[in-house]
Amino acid sequence: MANISVNLIVNGKAVTQECPANSTLVDLLRDQLQLTGTHVGCDTSQCGSCTVHFNGRAVKACTVLAGQAEGADVVTIEGIGSRESLHPMQSAFRECHGLQCGFCTPGMIMAGIDLVNRGDASDEASIRSGLEGNICRCTGYHNIVKAVASAAVEMGVKEEAEG
Amino acid sequence: MTEQTIGQSVLRKEDMRFITGKGQYTDDINIRGQAYGYFVRSTVARAGIVNVDVSEAENAPGVIAVLTGRQLADDGLGTLPCGWLVLSKDGSGMKQPPHPVMAADAVNYAGEPVAIVVGESFQAAKDAAELVVVDYDEKSAVVDLATVQDADQLYDEVPGNISYDWELGDKDATFTAIDNAHHVTRLTLHNNRLIPNAVEPRAAVADFNPATEELTLYTTSQNPHVVRLIFTAFVGLAPEHKLRVVAPDVGGGFGSKIFVYSEETAVSWASRRLGIPIKWTAERSESFLADAHGRDHLTEAALAMDEEGNFLGLYVKTRANMGAYLSTFASSVPTYLYGTLLAGQYKTPSIYVEVEAAFTNTAPVDAYRGAGRPEASYLLERLVEIAAGEMNLSPAEIRRRNFITEFPYQTPVALEYDTGDYNASLTRALEMADWDGFANRKAEAELRGKKRGIGISCYIEACGIAPSQVAGALGAGVGLWESGEIRVNPTGSVTVLTGSHSHGQGHETTFAQLVSSRLGIPVEDVEVVHGDTGKLDFGMGTYGSRSLAVGGSALSRAADKIVTKGRKIAAHLMESTEDDIDFDDGEFRVRDSNLSKTFQEIAFAAYVPHNYPLDELEPGLAEKAFYDPGNFTFPSGAYVCEVEIDPDTGETEIVKFTAVDDFGNVINPMIVAGQVHGGLAQGIGQALLENCVYDDTGQLLTGSYMDYCMPRADDLPDFDVDTTVTPCTHNPIGAKGCGEAGAIGSPPAVINAITNAIGVRELDMPATPERVWRAIQEGGRS
Ligand code: FES
Ligand code: FES
Repeated sequence: MANISVNLIVNGKAVTQECPANSTLVDLLRDQLQLTGTHVGCDTSQCGSCTVHFNGRAVKACTVLAGQAEGADVVTIEGIGSRESLHPMQSAFRECHGLQCGFCTPGMIMAGIDLVNRGDASDEASIRSGLEGNICRCTGYHNIVKAVASAAVEMGVKEEAEG
Repeated sequence: MTEQTIGQSVLRKEDMRFITGKGQYTDDINIRGQAYGYFVRSTVARAGIVNVDVSEAENAPGVIAVLTGRQLADDGLGTLPCGWLVLSKDGSGMKQPPHPVMAADAVNYAGEPVAIVVGESFQAAKDAAELVVVDYDEKSAVVDLATVQDADQLYDEVPGNISYDWELGDKDATFTAIDNAHHVTRLTLHNNRLIPNAVEPRAAVADFNPATEELTLYTTSQNPHVVRLIFTAFVGLAPEHKLRVVAPDVGGGFGSKIFVYSEETAVSWASRRLGIPIKWTAERSESFLADAHGRDHLTEAALAMDEEGNFLGLYVKTRANMGAYLSTFASSVPTYLYGTLLAGQYKTPSIYVEVEAAFTNTAPVDAYRGAGRPEASYLLERLVEIAAGEMNLSPAEIRRRNFITEFPYQTPVALEYDTGDYNASLTRALEMADWDGFANRKAEAELRGKKRGIGISCYIEACGIAPSQVAGALGAGVGLWESGEIRVNPTGSVTVLTGSHSHGQGHETTFAQLVSSRLGIPVEDVEVVHGDTGKLDFGMGTYGSRSLAVGGSALSRAADKIVTKGRKIAAHLMESTEDDIDFDDGEFRVRDSNLSKTFQEIAFAAYVPHNYPLDELEPGLAEKAFYDPGNFTFPSGAYVCEVEIDPDTGETEIVKFTAVDDFGNVINPMIVAGQVHGGLAQGIGQALLENCVYDDTGQLLTGSYMDYCMPRADDLPDFDVDTTVTPCTHNPIGAKGCGEAGAIGSPPAVINAITNAIGVRELDMPATPERVWRAIQEGGRS
């Protein structure tokens, strides 16, 4: 397999990276850039463990070819907050016990942020349907829904959506 | 004063790494120079292997080696054992055909590994795997569980394809009760087959060091020591002291990561043979094909009652699907984890159960969240619900009439319940569910054209399988204790090592709370270490909701030993006697004086023993305990499910789900509620959505998330959970275990609610819209 070179922005930094031409974006992130916070849970684009932000929208990084990310602005779980300064969605997951094994969590957090940004997290039902593309086997979703709702308030979007 | 955290919802210590993407799961581990393994799997369910041609694959670009099951056998590797010997009625041992690490002569399920391709990259290995040509002599597959005895015999040593024919209980008394009963409720059902689907697929990174001949395996395991033991004692990969098994962060298990599987074993062997590190991570389709599945029972049962609805006898006959081979603990699931639970919460005087374990050409079946206990609870609670209708009693009333109310209680199926208060949980659950208001809600739903139903389930569970001697006498091949070690550091912080393993359960927090409270030090000063055979003594890992009741008890004992030694040191330092030293809230005090030393001062003195009773006491402050429980623990609870069904589409919506559990003493209510939520989702998934299906040639039809319906956020309701408490009487914490309850208690509650809504007697899981719609058409009350 021939290699290609991809130029993109990852977590705010410009990156030029060689990878096999058939790599997906999640391969590029995990294998080449060692950003292992983005996970792979399936081979049919259905679990959402690999969710990242791609030009500001949540996408499943296993469905995007690395080459398609040329020029894109990609943000992963490693890029939204740090231990010292967590993103409100990260804090909410911890405070609401929205994670157990943690494997689905990065994808859930990235999907949750996008949901709030799009104004689709106004109530429980819309959060539940908005998270439909992310599978969690541990939590029964109960506390994930609570976490997204509480982060929505924190992120100041809920009021706007309702107002 | 240190804050007492037992009973508090302390936020989890482990979360920080997970929410920032810094968790380290097996696939996140890369070793310099590692190669990648990809498995060639059988495309057919049953065949002889005529030839495996690897020549083209071996010469493909980037391929390091192609190793076959034949080479593995020729290398003298053993087979994968089943660790629990179950005896048939006639006293003979279960029939256990050899379970090869990779197939050499024959394949027995679609997906069985035949060869491993080792390549410089994942892609190279995967591409080359396509080039391996396996010549199969295909035979007709045995798939239908109901007719296995009349089908082709799969193994020479297993006539009728039955591994064992086991029984428990008093047959004569039970049949007499049934013959003389006022009424007998009968039920036939299938407990549907499930695929565990932890979101992290199984993975292994094996690293053989040719210089030291040590093999390190990083893997997705719930019990790394058991992996090491089996690798040494049965497979013969390496001596135990040359093997290190590390289970780093593990992304969910639910039982499926207890077992010692082909792939992890083959990767370890390949690493040893080739002298290079090798990584294998399952693709999801491999998880579907080759993770051990769960459930799959065919059962008929009869419950005998007198005029008042008092239970007189229960007869259960079950055929359990084992799949193609006996997986690591498979034989114990439909026997000791199922038959023994059939008393439920009821004082049925006689019970007789017989279980046939059958081989089929499907993936092996083993423990999956609840393991045997969900099958028992589903059967019993469906039977009781139907019995209530047939006896014209309310579902609550028939249960209350039969509840066990005096403890300890010896059941007719071997267990002795230590404690419980079943009426209390049921009362609380009915109150939270507003049982009395149901009629109004139903009437209101009818106006909207919806059918509303309500169902109860009262489950019992047995956790923390024990004691070792009893289990050993019943065929267990391992001990069932747990180890714990507390190492007090010179500055007074503490490292806790536990043989239990966390893959989502939050041990790093719960165990820290436990130890911090026992020693009177802040939770932040306690670090919990688990999952590495190189760091801690032997441990049994996590299964059967045992970690706190067994692993926590070991730590509690170790903490007692720390305090005992601390008092000796304190007595010396304060020129008192050990008997006059009280320990409370992190301080050693001389009774009736104002002399005291902090825990930290004692720790320092133990490591800097300048003023120290060295003639009587060794320096240092670290203690271990191995705790072997005196009995099982018996969590129980009452669940109420309320559904609304659209008669036009058959779609079921769970409008309210109430769960009241008795887990004994609870250390962290937030974590416990989370465990219940997760269990409920899996139980509701089984009841409404999930179903593993093979076609009659043994091909898995539900081999991806497109065909196997996983519960998603919008399939589930918010859960109403609460607890009642009767502390376990025989462990030092009083805890019972909470990991599986939700998956055990919920399926019958859901089906009871649906059958109540649509007015049918029987309905198989999963209650898909199609099944429910058909049931309404065929037999429902309008
Ligand atoms: S790994 Fe991308 S959706 Fe599952
Ligand atoms: S927390 Fe384990 S899969 Fe979601």
